[in-house]
Amino acid sequence: MTGEPFVAWIGQMLPLGFSWNWGLDGWIVVIGGLAAVASSLLGNFLVLRKMSMLGDAITHAVLPGIAVAFLLTQTRSSPAMFVGAVIVGLLTAVFTEWIRGAGGVDEGASMGVVFTSLFALGLVILVQTADAVDLDPNCVLYGSIELTPLDTVSVGGRDVPRAAVVLAVVTVVNALFVLLFFKELRLTSFDPALATTMGFSSKWMHYGLMILVSVTAVACFESVGSILVVAMFIVPAAAAYMLTDRLGLMIAISVALAIVSAVLGHVLALSVPAWMGYRSTTTSGMIAVAAGGLFFTAATLGPRHGVLVKLVRRQLLSLRILCDDIVASLFRGEELEQQPPTATWLAGELFASHWSMKAALAMLRRRGEVADQHDRLQLTHVGRERGQRLVRSHRLWEQYLVDRAGSGAERIHDQAERFEHFTDRNLRDELAKETDTPVEDPHGRPIPDES
Amino acid sequence: MWHAKTSRMNALAGIASGDRGVRLSRGLLLLALLTVSATVCHARGRPSPDASSQSSAFQWTDTQWGRVLLMKDYNTRIVIFGVAVLGGASGLVGSFTLLRKRALMGDALSHASLPGIAIAFIAANWFGGDEKSLPWLLVGATASGLLGVAVILVIRNQTRLKEDAALGIVLSVFFGAGVALLGVIQQMDTGHAAGLEGFIYGKTASMRAADARLIAVTSLIVIAGCLVLFKELKLLCFDEGFAGAQGFPVIALDAGLMTMVVLVTIVGLQAVGLVLMIALLVIPAAAARFWTETMWRMMLWAALLGTGGSIVGGLVSALFPGLPSGAMIVLVCSLFFFVSMMLGTRRGVIIRLIRRMRLNRRIDRQHLLRAMYEQLEKSSGGLDDSGLAERAKRRISVSLGKLLSMRSWSRRRLSRAIERAVEDELLRIQDGACKLTQAGFTEAARLTRQHRLWEMYLIAYADVATANVDRDADKIEHVLAPEVIDQLEDLLDEQGMTIPVPQSPHGPLGSGEAIGVLGTDAEGHAGVEPPHDDSGGHQ
Repeated sequence: MTGEPFVAWIGQMLPLGFSWNWGLDGWIVVIGGLAAVASSLLGNFLVLRKMSMLGDAITHAVLPGIAVAFLLTQTRSSPAMFVGAVIVGLLTAVFTEWIRGAGGVDEGASMGVVFTSLFALGLVILVQTADAVDLDPNCVLYGSIELTPLDTVSVGGRDVPRAAVVLAVVTVVNALFVLLFFKELRLTSFDPALATTMGFSSKWMHYGLMILVSVTAVACFESVGSILVVAMFIVPAAAAYMLTDRLGLMIAISVALAIVSAVLGHVLALSVPAWMGYRSTTTSGMIAVAAGGLFFTAATLGPRHGVLVKLVRRQLLSLRILCDDIVASLFRGEELEQQPPTATWLAGELFASHWSMKAALAMLRRRGEVADQHDRLQLTHVGRERGQRLVRSHRLWEQYLVDRAGSGAERIHDQAERFEHFTDRNLRDELAKETDTPVEDPHGRPIPDES
Repeated sequence: MWHAKTSRMNALAGIASGDRGVRLSRGLLLLALLTVSATVCHARGRPSPDASSQSSAFQWTDTQWGRVLLMKDYNTRIVIFGVAVLGGASGLVGSFTLLRKRALMGDALSHASLPGIAIAFIAANWFGGDEKSLPWLLVGATASGLLGVAVILVIRNQTRLKEDAALGIVLSVFFGAGVALLGVIQQMDTGHAAGLEGFIYGKTASMRAADARLIAVTSLIVIAGCLVLFKELKLLCFDEGFAGAQGFPVIALDAGLMTMVVLVTIVGLQAVGLVLMIALLVIPAAAARFWTETMWRMMLWAALLGTGGSIVGGLVSALFPGLPSGAMIVLVCSLFFFVSMMLGTRRGVIIRLIRRMRLNRRIDRQHLLRAMYEQLEKSSGGLDDSGLAERAKRRISVSLGKLLSMRSWSRRRLSRAIERAVEDELLRIQDGACKLTQAGFTEAARLTRQHRLWEMYLIAYADVATANVDRDADKIEHVLAPEVIDQLEDLLDEQGMTIPVPQSPHGPLGSGEAIGVLGTDAEGHAGVEPPHDDSGGHQ
């Protein structure tokens, strides 16, 4: 029911050109959302523990458990199938751990060995009993969310899809697990050694998590397909990880993203093919794509860890430093009473590209620190003051490095060149005090006064 | 951690390298036997498909066996040939990806190729081409597989997410897109879409000659690539930073390796299916790792295991129509893996257990001998270090109880160590007490000397408090090589074997006695004094 108001809002706001049937599409979104929330709650810890691929491994590996349970009970919707799958899912975790520990095989490889073997075993069992059991591996692995609203049970007098009930229970269990063991999970995820010394068994937390991952994987892919499970375990949690550094917030964000991608995915599944003249396509695939889109957005635009944001921030910093360098070198030129340089010459001198030079000069002109005289650059009064501060910082640092830090005079320039951009008034005063207010730097050049 | 431990143990236990060949061939033989027996067992265990009459079933099976094993069927020949070549090539490539800790790259890749296939299909449909033309679909698959790899690398390098999350994201999102596109394709022209399912599940048994040829050509290219770039890729696997510093184009090499993985995966995918392809990339390489520590041997093993597993699996599935060949190949490969993991001559579970047991026994024996020596010293406390005293020391017997109190070992463990020492004629037992033999005495003296040299070194050079050196030396004494002893002698200004044992720097240690009281001990020599001071005194 989580997604309903939102969907209604979308339905009103956007003329998407598809028909929305609340009895059907509403339930699909609810079921998709529940599956997504249940998985992403645990997914946070999988991502933090670097075990993301375990979701994938378990969804493949449970096939023999399902097959055997089928053989025994001959029905699709039995709890036996559930139990069988969970047992095999746990076995996957145990085998992986065993091969990794006893055999010294890298974790990814041990996972690969275990899940392919179990999947093959399941396939053989299925094919061997193909005549006895009506079971399509297709259906088991890629379960169809579109058909789930048709399989209903009666809850409190209303017909509710069975998948919704199962997934609601799983979601509640997962949420309780995360809430009750939040402290333990956090500790064992970030610092297993510390957790062990403090008396929490990280092993038990690990296997507890594995049990729930298996249960969730089975519950989800029985109704919504395995792609969706793998996607929901990892993608919303990874996206949330790009947005925040706090675990509680990360879980909350991942749950929100999971719900959004469920809604968005179903809407996309209905609308995108319709634009091209086809009927709707697979919802679970589209939910995965929607989650991927959300992850892409978070990874590029995330305020602190977003790739694009980091890139822009880095560019701005290098631009600022280039501005500093231009002003400082103009100041040094004036000091030596040289003719003001041209922009091209200065660009060559500072190893700046044409475009970054242009941007930096535009910035400086706007701030009124540099003025053009014919095609030569000259400092304004404001610019000269800034240049003086920078050169003062530079030379004070050189003096300090030689005087106090005992560096050789030939190496100090590069260091001072780096420090000068991050030195403020207070620090300059402190430096001057430490070096007994020198008038000359180690190279014999005058240290300008504080303007 | 295991790696370091085992390699050290390997060095310690001094496993003779001479018997490696014997063990290797023994392992191979066992492997072959196990496979054959497994096959035969399965053959017996399975009820015959045609249960109408027992005798006719037998007849049928006999001819079938003959036909399959001699590869009389054209179809069987093609399938076996195709999977064998594929197994070899993916074993080779898999070794590299395994060592680069990217074993699951093949998994992500094969999932990531699905949207490419679907888009290629749709594009062909729009432009009126042949939708099911294999090369065209493969181009699409390769393009989207490579895109997937690129995205994985970007996520791993540019964000704070780790490789596993990158793999999972690409795998699920790309595959989801593929499934969504397939949903559209199924509406386009129902008859045409059916072939695409084969990319996911594979159709090993119905492999055509053209498929096999494609596999063979691609595999040969990949094998040639692996061999030509062997040195560079090896460096890339073991020390990427060093390779970069040496001027190798690391990124280009990485891209080359990933391209080879993509090629093998894509070609294999349409022939044998997704899960089998992942298995072929991971399992043979992981199994090979147990047999050798050398890169080219590992690749050879991986290729052999991949080929062997594919052939045996293919034959088994050809023999029994109920068994899907892809799944059988995976199962045979994982059987190989299990056998390798247990019996591997280099890193197998059993060999490592044996190594550890040997090491523990050796340590126990050394502890026993040193405990004996220290007890002898204690009981002959008054005697000085003349030859006479040495002989006298040797005759003293030490009771079990006293030995037991020397360190925290169980009675069971101690008596086992004593039993083994008696077998090696280092000890004799008389009236419930132990006595050293001549050989045992020499060995015990050597061990005690080693122990004390290290203690003196710790005191003189490492500034470790006298009270703490015993435990530190206790750990290191078992692994001191003769060269190290020589160096210690030089450093500490001790004479060679002319003086058998220097004085203990902390005096005799009692079982529960506090170590702090040593300074007041009757022996007097106890020593915080620099060791070279009293070295002349022994002469």
